[in-house]
Amino acid sequence: MPVYNRVEAQIRSILKGTDYLQVNVDGLAEDADLYAAGLNSHATVNLMLSLEEAFDIELPDRLLRRRTFSSIRSIADALAEVGIKAEAA
Amino acid sequence: MKPWLAAARAVGVEAASRHADDVDQRARFPAEAFAALKKEKLLGLLVAKSEGGAGAGIADVVAICHELGQRCAATAMIYAMHQIQVACIVRHAGGNAWLKGFLKRVANDQLLLASATSEAGVGGDVRSSICAVEEQNGRFKLTKEATVISYGAEADGILVTARRTPHSPASDQVIVVVPKTGYELDQESAWDTLGMRGTCSNGYQLRASGEMAQVVPVSYAEVSAMTMLPVSHLVWSALWLGIATDAVARTRGYVRAQARKKGGAPASAGRLAEASSQLQLMKANVVASLRHYEAALGSEDDLAAPAFAVAMNNLKTGTSQMAVQVINQCLLVSGLAGYRNDSAFSLGRHLRDAHSAALMVNNDRILANTGNLLMALREDSGLLE
Repeated sequence: MPVYNRVEAQIRSILKGTDYLQVNVDGLAEDADLYAAGLNSHATVNLMLSLEEAFDIELPDRLLRRRTFSSIRSIADALAEVGIKAEAA
Repeated sequence: MKPWLAAARAVGVEAASRHADDVDQRARFPAEAFAALKKEKLLGLLVAKSEGGAGAGIADVVAICHELGQRCAATAMIYAMHQIQVACIVRHAGGNAWLKGFLKRVANDQLLLASATSEAGVGGDVRSSICAVEEQNGRFKLTKEATVISYGAEADGILVTARRTPHSPASDQVIVVVPKTGYELDQESAWDTLGMRGTCSNGYQLRASGEMAQVVPVSYAEVSAMTMLPVSHLVWSALWLGIATDAVARTRGYVRAQARKKGGAPASAGRLAEASSQLQLMKANVVASLRHYEAALGSEDDLAAPAFAVAMNNLKTGTSQMAVQVINQCLLVSGLAGYRNDSAFSLGRHLRDAHSAALMVNNDRILANTGNLLMALREDSGLLE
């Protein structure tokens, strides 16, 4: 099993709890295209809400873009911008 | 007035208006209007000058749809749907030489483009596909059970949505541009409807093939959010406004005739004023939304922002309902004169055509989508910025 940092593990855990993707989350690289894996625009909003709830944050307007949610890494980058940073795993 | 708007007005009055009732009664393609639109080179308006077009903007197309909508709603709708397809290729062709060459043909040969987005089995969700682009040696094959291809039989090319590959999920779509020589259509259903009868929106099985270069280089999700959705809602709203505008004009004519006989405006003029007020709101919505789109055009971030999608969705759900409300008001004013099919004040065709507005991409689906987007909306902008 690969070892993920805390934030990435939590993003993966959120994705696993939904049916947004049509592939196994464990098999996804951190830069894999989530839209190619089945994420649609409706689910993107729900994913945003789940992330805000899980990390107790509010994503600002400038981060509410399609590309923010395009991969696990881009989500982690956006979270880092609002202060959610992972310590080295 | 720009020369092409004057030309569109002339086509509207001389060709579209003259045949509108026959197009409606026989549910036939408005051939006379399209021969005239092609003659005036109005199909290639959005194509850049460097590719042989007029290099016009969305505002010009919106104004023409409004113009044609007052004469023959089916003509206006076909013109609108054509321009939506052209706008998508113009904006998203990138450096693709095949697509640029195709745009030249649209301008030079005045090609009429149709769209195959609806598909059997996806429950009306155009953002999901079952059919897929099947690639082999740089070429593709594609078979789609298209529940509706408006004016499919008369089109010179069709833009088809499909899954990117046979292994892609339903939401990972692309859009493929196929000229008439690249597809076969088998008609599977006919179009005998309450209104918008001239759009001839039959169902077909479509079998297409061609080069992989015919696939638009960005995802359909992006094409849809940045161009297809906003442009559709703008041009449709403009033509629905056109239908309502002509209904108010006919009714004003009725009230004026009554007033002349009686030496003063009748009591029903108050209700005409209400219709005129609603029409003004509709118009303000169309114009403000058009300015919003033009302001966002230069920035992909602005086009992709939830606030922009909410505004464009609201335009569609708002104007589609209001068109019917305005015509209903008018009908109460002119009474039997408006209710008759054989009077100069007749509103029957207007009302039947306007009822399509809430259904073509069902308002309930759009409202649910807007409700979801509102969860991602942080703040409304100020009044004047």
